[in-house]
Amino acid sequence: MKKTLFLKPFLSCLIVTALFSASAVYATEFAYVTNEKDDNISVIDLKLNKVIKQISVGERPRGIILNKEQTLAYICASESDSIQILDIATEQIIGELPSGEDPETIALHPNGKIIYTSNEDDALLTVIDIDSASVITQVDVGVEPEGLAVSPDGKIVVVTSETTNMVHWIETKTHKNFANTLVGSRPRSAKFTKDNKYLWVSSEIGGTVVILDVASQKIIKEFTFDIRGIHHDRVQPVGIELTQDGRYAFVALGPANHVAVIDRKKMAVEEYLLVGRRVWQLAFNKDESQLLTTNGISGDVSIIDVDRMKVTKSIKVGRYPWGVVIRNKP
Amino acid sequence: MFDVTRVRFKKFLVTSIVIFTWLFSLNAISSPITLDISYVKLAKQQVAGTSNYFKKPENSGFQGAKLAISDSNTTGKFLQQHFSLSYFLATKSPQLLAYLDGQYQQGQRIFMLDVPLAQLVQLEQWAKNKSVLLFNVSETADELRNSQCLSSVLHTIPSDAMKSDALAQWLLYRRMNKVLLVQGSNSEDVLLAKSFKRAAKRFGLKIIDEKQWDFNTDLRRSAQQEIPLFTQTVKDYDVVYVANKSKSFAEFLPFNTYLPRPVIGSAGLEALAWHSVIEQWGATQLQNRFIEMADRKMNELDFSAYLAVRSVAESVHKLHSNASNELIEYINSADFELAAYKGRKLSFRPWSRQLRMPLALVHPHALVSQSPQPGMLHPITELDTLGFDAQESQCELSR
Repeated sequence: MKKTLFLKPFLSCLIVTALFSASAVYATEFAYVTNEKDDNISVIDLKLNKVIKQISVGERPRGIILNKEQTLAYICASESDSIQILDIATEQIIGELPSGEDPETIALHPNGKIIYTSNEDDALLTVIDIDSASVITQVDVGVEPEGLAVSPDGKIVVVTSETTNMVHWIETKTHKNFANTLVGSRPRSAKFTKDNKYLWVSSEIGGTVVILDVASQKIIKEFTFDIRGIHHDRVQPVGIELTQDGRYAFVALGPANHVAVIDRKKMAVEEYLLVGRRVWQLAFNKDESQLLTTNGISGDVSIIDVDRMKVTKSIKVGRYPWGVVIRNKP
Repeated sequence: MFDVTRVRFKKFLVTSIVIFTWLFSLNAISSPITLDISYVKLAKQQVAGTSNYFKKPENSGFQGAKLAISDSNTTGKFLQQHFSLSYFLATKSPQLLAYLDGQYQQGQRIFMLDVPLAQLVQLEQWAKNKSVLLFNVSETADELRNSQCLSSVLHTIPSDAMKSDALAQWLLYRRMNKVLLVQGSNSEDVLLAKSFKRAAKRFGLKIIDEKQWDFNTDLRRSAQQEIPLFTQTVKDYDVVYVANKSKSFAEFLPFNTYLPRPVIGSAGLEALAWHSVIEQWGATQLQNRFIEMADRKMNELDFSAYLAVRSVAESVHKLHSNASNELIEYINSADFELAAYKGRKLSFRPWSRQLRMPLALVHPHALVSQSPQPGMLHPITELDTLGFDAQESQCELSR
């Protein structure tokens, strides 16, 4: 009798320690998904693989990024014509940045002090100083600017314009548009490689992904995609993610409902992973073991296990999930 | 000795080619290009008895062309290309030919035409052996895609056959197989009904009865008395198709039919290239830009004029040339593709010069569906399940 009495707290103690150690090994990660048609954000606990809450934000939220400290999220509320600042801890909108009209995507300068946003309706790139919450300048770009990327060394920012079909190269120091490269129809996402040497760009209607040489701003490689049973017109590349180890590139193929895996050593498409309907944007967790995809029409998020190259889970979120970012809680 | 000279000559040839291409490419980038496009419209007579609230804005079409010019100039400024638009409204048909001829003498080569069939045929005659590019932005008549084939004219407005097929595919998908067909009594309505009958046959729908509306009542006050009696049939029907382009009576059919059935065609559910409810694939941005510029919503005619100008501008961007013969060749080639807020690239059918595109099925306040419907198969592109396919069309402009 006495023995069991002693055992009980001992056991529960053991369980608690076990839980604690597990959480210490695997830091909890949370995915923040913007729901374009619901005007809110779904927060997914990546350990439970469940939506744990919804946070209301401005109208038509699309692009989302975190600050360096991961304490704030910046959200493009397109129809509200503002970039909202969400305090992650309190889950409250604590302020706004002046963004110009209809901001769609945002990118953070590596110094953490400047935000770039593309104003889709006005054909502008807006440069915003975070500390003073003021617009530094606006740069004329092509019709419907969309994809944004800042080179890891912070020297160049690029914008893709969907109807002009160009990549606009802008120097971050002078805000000078120093080059423009024509690419396939409706360019969407842009991603620099870690070494600042190459830029990956997807073209939605052109159906291609190209690699541009940053030094010459010229296309050096083009990928096309061929999925059995899917008409090539439906293969519409949008989101791109590159692994830090330089091994893979993942490309979301829109209404083809697949994510293409490109082997960057062989420079060839390795496989196609079936995800939800109209797959849009992608995001890695910290150790890049998982890749999340936002699937607009099916209204869910698919989780890809990167080591096994398998889709392991789909999680229902809001209507028309658009952007996704993952926070790593220490 | 001989060998050496040959090698030298070869070397010389290679270097000169390299230099030439370099000069050429440099030239291609640095020399600015301008291009003026004419928008020509023949004033139309409103069909008598049409309710004033169905009237289309007078500047329909032209505003779409204007927006396309503005969009193309935004791109053009990075490429040193500039586009402009001139407008001409003809009140009488002979003015058209005189205007085009005068413009042609001054070097104008590209014309957007908002004119009916008879004038299109006439202008095609005029365009023979001239390096001009004409766009039909408003005439939907099937014969221009099937029998009266115009070699100088590109059609950016979908044909009646494309629209009928879009609706018929949807009926098939929804299993509404029994159709009551109602048509107006003037020739344009009879032709439209004929187009739907072709589509019905193509997709295995059954027209259980045909009725012709030839009353001259103003239905604004009497639809509830007239329409139920008019739509009473011996056999049951699933849906009412109405062919009435001017909408002089069609809009009074929904909710007044003898059997409570949906109405499609010229009222109720319409198949259109564009409508203000379309917002997918970046369309919202186009709609917003249009509203900001024109202070009204974008309609189908605006959109087809937009596409026509964009087709030209896209070709100029790609070729960096404003030579009309080069543009014509490129637009008619397999390389041409146009992104047009439709979720897929558009191109012209080589046999009829009709722009192939998905069509929206809309009612006034919502998008209902988009055709081609899922499951429609085609060896080349399912977009060719809408309208006259190569095998069905008598046109063989280029294949």
